[in-house]
Amino acid sequence: MTKQIVFAVTLLITLGVFAFTLKRLIALFRLTKPAEPLGHWGERIKLTLKVAFGQTKILRKPVIGLIHALVFWGFLVITVGSIEMVNDGLTGKERSLADLGGFYDFISASGDVFAYIVGIGIVIFLIRRLFLHIKRFYGKELTKKNKMDANFALLLILLLMISLAGMNIYYVAGNHGELAGIYPVSSHIAGNVTPSHFMHEFFWWMHILLIFFFANYLPYSKHFHVFLSIPNVFISNLKPLTRLPNIESVTKEVKLMLSGNAFQETGNEAPARFGVKDVEDVTWINYFNSLTCTQCGRCTEVCPANITGKALSPRKIFVDLRNRMNEKGLKMIKDKKYDDGKSLVNDHISYEELWACTTCNACAQECPLNISHPNLIMDMRRFLVLEEGRAPTGINSMFANIENNGAPWQYSPEDRLLWTEL
Amino acid sequence: MSKIEVPVMADLAAQGKKPEYLYWVGCAGAFDDRYQKVTRSFTKILNHCKVDYAVLGKEESCTGDPAKRAGNEMLFQMQALQNIEVLNGYEVKKIVCTCPHCYNILKNEYGELGGNYEVVHYTTFLENLMDEGKLNVEKSSFKNKKVTYHDPCYLGRGNKIYDAPRNLIKTMDVDLVEMKRSKSKALCCGAGGAQMFKEAEKGDKEIYEERTEDVLESKAEIVATACPFCMTMLTDGIKFKDKQEEVKNLDIAEMIADSLGL
Repeated sequence: MTKQIVFAVTLLITLGVFAFTLKRLIALFRLTKPAEPLGHWGERIKLTLKVAFGQTKILRKPVIGLIHALVFWGFLVITVGSIEMVNDGLTGKERSLADLGGFYDFISASGDVFAYIVGIGIVIFLIRRLFLHIKRFYGKELTKKNKMDANFALLLILLLMISLAGMNIYYVAGNHGELAGIYPVSSHIAGNVTPSHFMHEFFWWMHILLIFFFANYLPYSKHFHVFLSIPNVFISNLKPLTRLPNIESVTKEVKLMLSGNAFQETGNEAPARFGVKDVEDVTWINYFNSLTCTQCGRCTEVCPANITGKALSPRKIFVDLRNRMNEKGLKMIKDKKYDDGKSLVNDHISYEELWACTTCNACAQECPLNISHPNLIMDMRRFLVLEEGRAPTGINSMFANIENNGAPWQYSPEDRLLWTEL
Repeated sequence: MSKIEVPVMADLAAQGKKPEYLYWVGCAGAFDDRYQKVTRSFTKILNHCKVDYAVLGKEESCTGDPAKRAGNEMLFQMQALQNIEVLNGYEVKKIVCTCPHCYNILKNEYGELGGNYEVVHYTTFLENLMDEGKLNVEKSSFKNKKVTYHDPCYLGRGNKIYDAPRNLIKTMDVDLVEMKRSKSKALCCGAGGAQMFKEAEKGDKEIYEERTEDVLESKAEIVATACPFCMTMLTDGIKFKDKQEEVKNLDIAEMIADSLGL
């Protein structure tokens, strides 16, 4: 009974902290703008099955992708075991899902095998991060804190797997003959340990407490993708990558202009800002993307601007957005009019970075979680051009040419058929 | 060279005719010295296959793509709404484009503004003509030549057209080789997103240099393109590397027209 009470209190604290985090996040999302309506639910489910559960995009790098996919699939089955542990903790039972019979055998067996596979995968990830110099894990947007976060999250997962394996081993060792479930790997090791109720309890508590801690650490870590990757894929763009949504409010103005009623009263709507200047201008999907981003750098690695030494790094756009939301958004929750005299564009993301994008969409293509970087970059350009009137000289000439003669170069519309007579 | 007979929409309308296709020539197609040859090649193929088409000629205007990608939504929509008025005035239903940027914006971004058309890129269009038996390349001018194909971003990653251009190239009996970065992993030429109209930002090298190195590494004698901006960039890149003798940049439409003896 004491165990149950201690467990219930720990669980309550965990849920309490999580509720606080969730409340904070909802308040931050309230600051953002609506995105295009989602719709196409069937197509979204298919995409999620393929990209999130099937890991198709992470597998574009087959070797390391496979290790990640194994870790992901492992997490899925192990989660079922975690739910069981919560149930056990509250009811005082042991292996409370054992009544599920064949399904339990499947869950316990795959959970046991995956505990070791995930553990090995995490060791490989740690070696890669600590000892191999992989270019995409570096960049000016990745601070020491980001790197510590990455390694700490991996260490937590490793401890989670060690405790899970330990728990299984001592469970098998202490319950010869009357095992609930199947433990293909742990039962081989169990013969080599002395049965110990204490060790089983130790690993049980270690595992569940690590889960509770991990769940509350994730929302503040780049590893938030453990929670957000599946929904992020679900809400991701279904349209062709190079489609850039039109700004609807501009359509109204342009239609008035073309009909010669440019100065007509347009109602009492406060003039909205064109494009993205700061966190309050991004859509909720943009912010969701920034929370999901795992900083893997597959986007930056293929960016032609970045490859040729320009300041642009697509990953940085989303890292900056998340940081800026913490810097400004948290203050805005308390004071809607909060202004620190800075902004996401210009103070965090420079003019030079924004103008280096070729909109080639290699970044969006490689993102394992379907984040679209170029469209946010162009939303920021919209702010630079429509609100600040700041564009490179060549771009301004191009605008002038289109306005004056309907082509980006200085040619007369009268000459549009000259090519037929060369 | 000589004058090509190209039907113009306004003339046909005056005769009460409505062609099946509008060929959207694009600004580069109309004005770029090098790319005009591609426009000529494509219309020669259209004439050769007796396609029922017309161009807008003097009534065509920039789609607004470079303005939009450079953040000027106001200018883009001015262009778009005026173009839509012209297109809908002629009751245009189907559009074929040579430029992938025109293709992308007409297909994906004009709809919401009231311009709904069936838009095809010329590579898909020609592939269909071949499938229907209306276009047959019997004698290739490029037989056994080593050819590589550079995927334009707005065609490949943007709209998932990877096979049509390759299938067209393969009909010419060439030795098609892939660059180390190709299809969805292809490297951009550096011109998209309005980069064509500005100086590159400070960096170690130009993007077109990096891409030209991929071309040279493939050892191809011809790098085939299907976009006017890719053509400018790669032709410049080859010149920059002083490899004009080793490798030529041709558009797929030029290769086909040449093979057809047009």
